[in-house]
Amino acid sequence: MNLVEAAAYAPLLALIGAVINGFFGRAFKEPLPGILGSIAIGVGFILSVLAFFGLSGMEEPSVHIPLWNYLTAGNFNLSLGFQIDSLSVVMMMIITGVGFLIHVYSVAYMHGDEGFSRYFMALNLFVAAMLVLVMADNFLMAFVGWEGVGVCSYLLIGFWYTQRENPDAARKAFIVNRIGDVGFLVAMFLVFKTFGTLNISEVNEMARAMVFVPPAITAIGLFFLLAACGKSAQLPLQTWLPDAMAGPTPVSALIHAATMVTAGVYLIARSSPIFALTPVASATVAWVGALTALVAAFAALTQTDIKKILAYSTISQLGFMFVAVGSGAYWVGIFHVFTNAFFKALLFLTSGSVIHALGGEQDIRRMGGLGKHMKVTGTTALIGTLAIAGVPFLSGFFSKDAILASVFNSTLIEGYGNYLLYGILLFTAVMTAFYMFRWYHTVFAGEERLTKEAKEHLHESPSAMTLPLVVLAILSVFAGYLGLPEFAFSNPFARWLEHSTAAVEFRHPPIATEWLLIIVSIIAAAIGLGLGYWVYQMRKGEPVRNLRGSALAKLSLAGGGFDALYRNLFTKPTEIAASGMAAVDKEVLDKGIVSGAGGFNLLGETLRWLQSGFARAYALSMFIGIAIIVLVIALGGLR
Amino acid sequence: MVPTEYYVALSAVIFTIGAVGVLTRKSAIMVFLCVELMLNAANLALVSFARQWANVDAALALSGQTAVFIILAIAAAEVAVGLGILVAIFRYRASTEIDSMAEVRL
Repeated sequence: MNLVEAAAYAPLLALIGAVINGFFGRAFKEPLPGILGSIAIGVGFILSVLAFFGLSGMEEPSVHIPLWNYLTAGNFNLSLGFQIDSLSVVMMMIITGVGFLIHVYSVAYMHGDEGFSRYFMALNLFVAAMLVLVMADNFLMAFVGWEGVGVCSYLLIGFWYTQRENPDAARKAFIVNRIGDVGFLVAMFLVFKTFGTLNISEVNEMARAMVFVPPAITAIGLFFLLAACGKSAQLPLQTWLPDAMAGPTPVSALIHAATMVTAGVYLIARSSPIFALTPVASATVAWVGALTALVAAFAALTQTDIKKILAYSTISQLGFMFVAVGSGAYWVGIFHVFTNAFFKALLFLTSGSVIHALGGEQDIRRMGGLGKHMKVTGTTALIGTLAIAGVPFLSGFFSKDAILASVFNSTLIEGYGNYLLYGILLFTAVMTAFYMFRWYHTVFAGEERLTKEAKEHLHESPSAMTLPLVVLAILSVFAGYLGLPEFAFSNPFARWLEHSTAAVEFRHPPIATEWLLIIVSIIAAAIGLGLGYWVYQMRKGEPVRNLRGSALAKLSLAGGGFDALYRNLFTKPTEIAASGMAAVDKEVLDKGIVSGAGGFNLLGETLRWLQSGFARAYALSMFIGIAIIVLVIALGGLR
Repeated sequence: MVPTEYYVALSAVIFTIGAVGVLTRKSAIMVFLCVELMLNAANLALVSFARQWANVDAALALSGQTAVFIILAIAAAEVAVGLGILVAIFRYRASTEIDSMAEVRL
């Protein structure tokens, strides 16, 4: 068994961890389930890294590991297996690496919780399902992982199920995701009809060789986009993610920021040869991403919950990734998945540390000045904020700049408004820097507005929590150097992913233009941060005070008003239709037909006499019947 | 050689005796015996036809005899189960009269 094939055991390990914690976890003393879970994921991370080194020594970094023959019918054959290539190994390292840090963090964060072992069961199960999703060699198996992570997300959002709103949020996430799942299914049907197989590499091979592009390809792309919109919380299915913050904070960090929500981006990158054929679907992906980025950033401006700001920020960053994969720069999309995994997990974990320190307080209006009391948390949060804002030389800067450059230079979606997309993203980048400065300043700097009990509770978090913060902060700083701008530097990340994603042509403008694009995005970050500094540090929030309560602020606070829109558009008509049906059932069916069915009653009463209960009477009727049949046959009636 | 018609006629007579017995006898044991008679009448018909076809088509003849063996085996199993049920019923109500077992009726 070589290095790469050993990685096939990574999901199995996570699954074993989940089974042990699920069945025996309650018998264990407290830190044990967490330690078991962490070890299962940590070994998975080591296996993934070994697989990476195994692959990097290969000419063509792709290893197929057949598992089982799932279904054989006629000449149709469905075999399950893992495909470990340059794309999936990157995702595996993100999932297990960030997953391991968050498991360790959770051991301290969930300390003393009743459902300690249940928590680690679900978290391990999530990692197992997510690994199956990214390692699957065919779409059906990927769909199994896709549903699996959905279930785990549901379990963990509703983890504290005794408060009504948590299971409500979990159900909402699940139901909204179902809409996307329908898209995935239809896309799979179309893939099978068009290509005759569900094997991902075979489909990609055929799509690469395609000269004439059937219209079904665009449909496949659009249905995959619908699936991705559900999982990755893009317009119009983004409403579940802010509510998903009801779960424990490490869950928000792992599932709803770093890994699961990037599954949509992964799906598009995985089937990139299909998207590379269809500019229409690709442009739709990019537009959905850009509008989502804009709307979510707008919503993030006014939120008052420490985690909701980050939730909208996640949606917004996912929008950036969609624009990247939509414009054909698949490595850029995955690159932003990669950097975002670090700084977004970091930001969520710092806010978890704050919530932990304040004994459950989540409202940023009752925080402030925490940087003095929580040195490690404050410093790492500052690094995360600067990284996501796009401050030069931190990871977020390089990946965001790569997105802006690739949409600017895209030939795939040229003519579908790529300069307008660039403008939207640039404006969103300004807003990102602004709201992230507001987030940092209101929580960690400025005056203290703590409640008395929160102040008494205040303490820096234990080292099991701060250590992952430090590791993630270091990664947030340096991860970007793997993907420096291609025109001037060597870019190992892009070359590595070239093996497994479609190659799309980009325009190569003069070097001066490329530098200008970089300078423009630096200026955007500077404007956002500077505006934040002026509003919140120098003027103490004075300039925005008058805006409070305005229609625009209300719209932003409501996340763009999508919840209300869907309530009026779908929920209410359904309720009305349901009560109408109930009335029909009661009045027409019950009274009209069931009660008016005397005819059937009478028939039943009559036929009842045939069932005498005497065995010999039954035998007699049987004999008579057979005699008649024999007679008819003998007389030649039945031929 | 005895013609096949004789055997078939005998089989029909035995079958009829069995059928009438099933319908007229009150004791469940006797009903059982009559069912056995009917089964064996069918077996007789099968072997006699098998004998008739023996010179023409050996496979066909063999299939007739195989069917007999299967029926015998099934009949034995059926008797074992049926008698077991009867013993249980007899213990419960001290009678095997078949008409008294009509509780299933509403």
